[in-house]
Amino acid sequence: MAQLSYREAVSRGIAQEMARDGRVMLIGEDIGGAGGVFKTTGGLSEQFGRTRVVDTPISEQAILGAAMGAAMTGLRPIAEIMFADFFAVCWDIVVNEIAKMRYMTNGQVTMPLVIKSGNGGSLRMGAQHSQSVENWAMAVPGLKVVTPSTPLDVVGLMAAAVRCDDPVLFFEHKGLYASKGEVPDGEIVDELGKAAIRRPGKDATVLALGLMVGRALDAAEELAREGIDVEVIDVRSLVPLDTQTLLTSISRTGRLFTVEENPRLLGWGAEIASIAADECFWDLDMPIRRITTPHIPLPSADSLEDAVLPSVDRIVQDVRKGVYL
Amino acid sequence: MTAIRTEHEYGAHPSVLPPAASTAQDDLDIAPAVRLDLYRRLEELRQFEKRAYDLFMQQLVKGTSHLSLGMEAISAGFGGAMRKDDYTFATYRGHAHTLSRGVPMAPVLAELLGRANGLMGGKGGSMHLTSVEHGVLGSYAIIGAHLCVANGAAWSAQVRGSGQVTVCFFGDGTTNIGAFHEALNYAAVFSLPVVFVCENNLYMEYTSIAEITAVPSPAADRAAAYGLPAIKIDGNDVDVVYRTAADALELARSGGGPSLIEAVTYRHGGHSRADPGKYRPAGEVEAWLAYDPLTIYRARLARLGVAESELDVIRGDVAQAVDEATEEAKNGRLPDVESAFTDVWADGGSQWRN
Repeated sequence: MAQLSYREAVSRGIAQEMARDGRVMLIGEDIGGAGGVFKTTGGLSEQFGRTRVVDTPISEQAILGAAMGAAMTGLRPIAEIMFADFFAVCWDIVVNEIAKMRYMTNGQVTMPLVIKSGNGGSLRMGAQHSQSVENWAMAVPGLKVVTPSTPLDVVGLMAAAVRCDDPVLFFEHKGLYASKGEVPDGEIVDELGKAAIRRPGKDATVLALGLMVGRALDAAEELAREGIDVEVIDVRSLVPLDTQTLLTSISRTGRLFTVEENPRLLGWGAEIASIAADECFWDLDMPIRRITTPHIPLPSADSLEDAVLPSVDRIVQDVRKGVYL
Repeated sequence: MTAIRTEHEYGAHPSVLPPAASTAQDDLDIAPAVRLDLYRRLEELRQFEKRAYDLFMQQLVKGTSHLSLGMEAISAGFGGAMRKDDYTFATYRGHAHTLSRGVPMAPVLAELLGRANGLMGGKGGSMHLTSVEHGVLGSYAIIGAHLCVANGAAWSAQVRGSGQVTVCFFGDGTTNIGAFHEALNYAAVFSLPVVFVCENNLYMEYTSIAEITAVPSPAADRAAAYGLPAIKIDGNDVDVVYRTAADALELARSGGGPSLIEAVTYRHGGHSRADPGKYRPAGEVEAWLAYDPLTIYRARLARLGVAESELDVIRGDVAQAVDEATEEAKNGRLPDVESAFTDVWADGGSQWRN
């Protein structure tokens, strides 16, 4: 058992899979010699060589195209898109090519690839380097989408993503890279499509993802002091979605809150709210409440960014208001 | 290729005329059997596309379609030169790219007709023809994207040491999109075994490529930017294409890296089903119709001593094959509706939740 940072866990997970399977390659900008701009791929170039850890030009379409073509012909690449915001410059390859190839060819093609990317805000990087874009990916049939929130989950979900025969978008939260957690020694393999109950509770279900999981847990502690017992679920995987775990909890507590870092419209919580309204409406004791970033680009100044991202205080207030409704 | 400025109803742009002498390449060193094989390929591609056009006119084929009529020599030449396990990345104008790898006609026609016996069971259509068992790793309908994907297949072949070469076709219009430039630089930097083939048919869609491109030769003039030699060839002469293809494939196979080939050609029809092609000057169209890849090749073979009757037998055999393929395609049943819900994922299904 070791204390690993979230960023160390990324390279630990990749190293585990590269050592196990010679078909696993890693490509991206500055990932090799430099170890990644977020230092999530440190040491991999030295361990596995420049053939398997490839430093690329700033060419996001070329990077993802290379990953796709390689996946179609026997390799299992992991590609890095440095900031998730940059998906916008290569979204064609993701949406029109990678996601649809298997379907359009009637199953002739298999696409075992992982795209890892630094996602999310809280680092004061402004509107083009801070977005949470899981919901973009969730909207496209043919993509699997995971967002780990702990170092242990990073390792296990990376392993699951690499071993999956479908394309997986692996969203690392930039605001969590420095966070630490216990990671046992030995091989760790998790499962895609499983949510995790981080704190059991009976009065309300709070769903969160990435950086928001910790904030939801802090809010739950504060609410517990007031006698409100909140269940916090780390959704972890948007596609496939573990609706069983989510709906079981919502039916039991009768109250659903989502904590979403994405801007308001069409965030992942909206889909889950719709499923809950459809399938456990009669178990609900109050309207479903989504706690999100407002529908604005993220500002850069710390005071402004803090004011608009869902905060512990906002979660506490909204849940309290809902429970006492 | 001479440029003459011609006025016509869509405005003015320079006409580009085909080479005047069609006897110039008679002496290329290509075995007679290979030449007959190339001729058969030309016939197959021509007659297939004519049949596809007829089926569109009969409204049996829905959606859009992009035919290669007039451009057959490029696919035929490459198809003849490629190794069986090489990879092809085709465009949405990809019937010829696909057939030239040996994919049977019937499943391709059935795919156009939306039948269960189609190459992809009716889930891909004209613009996405794929036959992995023949090395056709897809036809791509977003301009430029597949150049990047072709690099990946080439990278994989390089890593596996398989000696396979990837051939990626694209149109002249593609040279103006970012993905083209990303892909060329990437292929050159990593010395990938890939051959990029620009089918320059002089019109990006409805607009003359010369009008909206900063250099006269949209692909060849860009080659220098990626450290590659400028290769511009007559894309209507199947012998020239075959010889150029063989050289580029050999270079890639022996570790010499990528090539960029600009093959100048002309499409006999419009861009797609919806386009009558009226933006093209009459003199230009006539000149290129006369400089037809099949016409010039038959004439060459005759000059080289092949009996016309021998060529007619090939033509007749192909006609019969197209008829049989049409029947087989038409006899296919419609796909089961359930098949719309298969193969989103590798487990064969489309479930996104538990």
